[in-house]
Amino acid sequence: MMNDSGGSLSSPADSAGVEPRRAVDRRKGIALVVACTALGAAGQILIKTGAERLVHPTLWSTFLGFFTIPPLFAGYCLYALMTVLFIFALKDGELSILYPIISLTYVWVAGLSVWFFHDTLNWAKLAGIVIIVTGVAVLGKDAHK
Amino acid sequence: MKTPVESMVLVLAASFLGSIGAGFLKAGAAKLHGGLRYLFLNFKLAIGVVFFVGSSVLYVLGVKHGQLSVLYPLVSLSYIWALVWARIFFKEKFTFRKLAGLCLILLGILFVGLGNR
Repeated sequence: MMNDSGGSLSSPADSAGVEPRRAVDRRKGIALVVACTALGAAGQILIKTGAERLVHPTLWSTFLGFFTIPPLFAGYCLYALMTVLFIFALKDGELSILYPIISLTYVWVAGLSVWFFHDTLNWAKLAGIVIIVTGVAVLGKDAHK
Repeated sequence: MKTPVESMVLVLAASFLGSIGAGFLKAGAAKLHGGLRYLFLNFKLAIGVVFFVGSSVLYVLGVKHGQLSVLYPLVSLSYIWALVWARIFFKEKFTFRKLAGLCLILLGILFVGLGNR
C-alpha cells in the first residue's frame, strides 16, 4: 500500500516526537493536492480551448493535435505535471484525505467554464457537482483499505 | 447551448478506456522494482499508456462541442469503473461505503445531466 507510512491519527506510534513532522507532512500534502486541483482545472480549460480548434477531426488528426495545437499541448502538460505532483503528495500523505480533495477540480472547472466559455449554471448542475464531490469523498474514506 | 448527446457518449467512453488504462498501470506498477529503467520495459505499463492516449483522444473529441460544466463531471464515472475493476481483477472488498459512494456519484451525474439545457 502506498500510505503505509501514514498511519492513522490514533496510532500509538504517534509519540510526541513524531507528531510534529507528520503534521507538517500532512499540511504539505494537502497544499500540494490543492495545487493539483488548480493545475487540473487550468488544464481542462486549455484542453477545451484546444479541442474547439480541431476542424473535421478524425482519431488520428486529434492525436496529432496533441502536439500541434498549443493549448491542447499545454493542457496535457499541465495534466502530466498534476499527476506527478499528486504522486509526490501521495508518498507521505493519507490517501483518504488527499483523494477527495482532488474532486475539488469539478468545482473549479464549473466556475471557470462560466468565466471562459459562458456556460450556464443551474441548480441541477450545481447539485450534481456537490453530490459527485460528496460521493468521491465517501469513496476516498475507504481508499486506504 | 445544449450539450450534444454524442459528446457525452464520447466522454463516457473516454472515462471507460481511461479506467482500463489505470488498471493496467496498477498491474504494471505492482511489478515495479529494480529502478526506473525497468519502467520502459514493462509491458503492462505500456498497454496502460496506450489506453490512456486512446482515452484522451476520445475525451478531446468529446469536449469539442458542448459545455465543459456538463462534460467534465461525467469523468467521475471512471471512479465507478475503477471500483468494478478493483473488485474483479484485484479482488478488493466491495464495502457498503463503496456502494454509497458509487450511488452518490451516479446520482450526481444524473443531476448534471438534468442540468444540461
